[in-house]
Amino acid sequence: NEKLMWEALREAVDEEMERDPNVLVIGEDVGHYGGSYKVTYDLYKKYGEWRLLDTPICENSFMGMGVGAAMVGLRPIVEGMNMGFLLLAFNQISNNCGMLHYTSGGQFKVPMVVRGPGGVGRQLGAEHSQRLESYFQGIPGVQLVACSTVANSKSLLKSAIRSDNPVVFFEHVLLYNLKGETVDGDYCQPLEKAEIVREGTDCTILTYSRMRYTVLTAVQELEKKGVHPEVIDLISLKPFDMEAIAKSVKKTRRVIIVEECMKTGGIGASLSAVISESLFDDLDHEVMRLSSQDVPTAYAYDLEAATIVQPEQVAEAVGKICGLVPA
Amino acid sequence: GVATKPAETKSKKDAAKGGEAKGETLSPDVARDLYYDMYLGREFEEMCAQMYYRGKMFGFVHLYSGQEAVSTGAIRLLRPDDYVCSTYRDHVHALSKGVPAREVMAELFGKQTGVCRGQGGSMHMFSRKHNFLGGFAFIGEGIPVGLGAAFQTKYRREALQDESADQVTLSFFGDGTCNNGQFYECLNMAGLYKLPHIFMVENNKWAIGMYHDRATGPSFGDNVPNIYKKGEPFGMPGIHVDGMDVVKVREAVATAVARARRGDGPTLIECETYRFRGHSLADPDELRTKEEKERYAKRDPIPAFRKYVLDNKILMEAELKDIEQQVVECVEDSVQFAEASPKPEKGQLLENVFADPRGFGTAPDGGYRYEQAGFTSGTAQVS
Repeated sequence: NEKLMWEALREAVDEEMERDPNVLVIGEDVGHYGGSYKVTYDLYKKYGEWRLLDTPICENSFMGMGVGAAMVGLRPIVEGMNMGFLLLAFNQISNNCGMLHYTSGGQFKVPMVVRGPGGVGRQLGAEHSQRLESYFQGIPGVQLVACSTVANSKSLLKSAIRSDNPVVFFEHVLLYNLKGETVDGDYCQPLEKAEIVREGTDCTILTYSRMRYTVLTAVQELEKKGVHPEVIDLISLKPFDMEAIAKSVKKTRRVIIVEECMKTGGIGASLSAVISESLFDDLDHEVMRLSSQDVPTAYAYDLEAATIVQPEQVAEAVGKICGLVPA
Repeated sequence: GVATKPAETKSKKDAAKGGEAKGETLSPDVARDLYYDMYLGREFEEMCAQMYYRGKMFGFVHLYSGQEAVSTGAIRLLRPDDYVCSTYRDHVHALSKGVPAREVMAELFGKQTGVCRGQGGSMHMFSRKHNFLGGFAFIGEGIPVGLGAAFQTKYRREALQDESADQVTLSFFGDGTCNNGQFYECLNMAGLYKLPHIFMVENNKWAIGMYHDRATGPSFGDNVPNIYKKGEPFGMPGIHVDGMDVVKVREAVATAVARARRGDGPTLIECETYRFRGHSLADPDELRTKEEKERYAKRDPIPAFRKYVLDNKILMEAELKDIEQQVVECVEDSVQFAEASPKPEKGQLLENVFADPRGFGTAPDGGYRYEQAGFTSGTAQVS
């Protein structure tokens, strides 16, 4: 029962729309065109144009419209054709999605999902290669979730749609054609829980989204050398699953964070700080961070590759933190 | 820049059709309601100014005095299940929509009995019970939210085949907002999807210190900007109305509401009005001339309506006095209520951040954070 990630995401949307008539999709080219990465392909034929609402190009206004609709009972999934475009909707995501439940004293809920493709793709240029999780993480009242496998993309998106909280749901442009299996039945994965990708003993690697695969490539080589890192996919970028993280840190006493985010003000920066603050006595080594360089993402292939973390850098960092190579 | 009477247009003439016929006398009940609401708006805001200067409320407080005919004329016409979306100048819109004065005043005092439990403040009034959607402090951000409520009505009708879905949403905003992208984006979507949404422009001529004519260029062929003319390019009638005349506002809005309920889509209504105070209580208000202020003071909508109902023998002097007395008592009562109300407990700090508290995630020592000791007392670490 293998399928591609976009098909799994589409199944999640389809099943939730079938289950609840208040669920709808709002965004650019989500209807007739089927979504820029096919996540809503042909769904308008089944549910009609009102439930797959093709909008004009006006990110902050259709985002705000989603907020207003959510406040009065609908459950919109708002797609950013590219996550980067949602910079134009930052006000509505921050001030309205994030704060309105609180400022209204709990009277209004905003049960919406903001989702779309992000991350560094293949030579898409700086503006289409952004990691908005670093910008969104400071917003109170929203949850940030990054899917990474065919299975979790479906089961997390279903949970996000059912959540009464606003959820920003990150998909990665390079993972839509990933193959895998989904969990049978109406399975919803908890949004707040990390995934243990592989158990290990020598160090803990915390990662998310596409970097999961960069890490796993490195780990395959490390295995051959008899090194056994534990790999954890954060899944929840806000809040962090501190229960899972603490358990692993206490076991391995060494942490490497591998992310596609910028180093300054990114997810890793926050995660590193919180680990240092709350688990300092459990660490035998300072937290290491492998992040993207703080530069706009270049178009040229080699420069782009040099911007983001490569498997060799992960292997090298593991070697260092485990004392296998001179520091 | 002197306010010029806008040219008569086709869409303006439409204002007279439908709704309450022009010139038809108001019933005494409606007149009483309108007078009460306008008088309440004014007294409430003037009390706010006093309370602000006495240190009972803080932050940015934007008063509505002078613009009452717009709020009252429009909102008192609505059904309870219609929606209203406001701005930072929202106290009086909330009152007109039926939010009790006690709850608005208590919110301004930062008390737990406030309509938003003291978590919103002057610029963030919300009342779910009254379909009052906020309370938005940034320019233009409320329009898409209001549009979303209108979309929900359309969605229920079209996607869920709910024939009873005929609610109308009114979004209020000012002349300054009409240079913001969200205004145009929403005009386009409202027209495109034929949403039951009324764009209520309260053109009070000033965006803090920026005079309207200095911020907005006129349409081709005009000498002054006319916001109402921006409706037609987006497929909806644009209506200009004297925003200092509650009866005229009511007539214009009645036409627009009828149109929206019929399923014919949105309307843009520009109400020419004036705020009698500065932009906020922190504004020294040094730029508006004495002459301009005096000119509009003469058009104060409350005495004008008072005269109208007396001249037309709709209400008697004694009835008006009685209403005024009721309002004064209501506002006094709201202050006493706010004063006597308790401040929020610290335990309120972590409530209402997430509708589902699992949003706070898990803790290093296991379990969800919201299940931990200290969460309900507001002392737990949540990050």
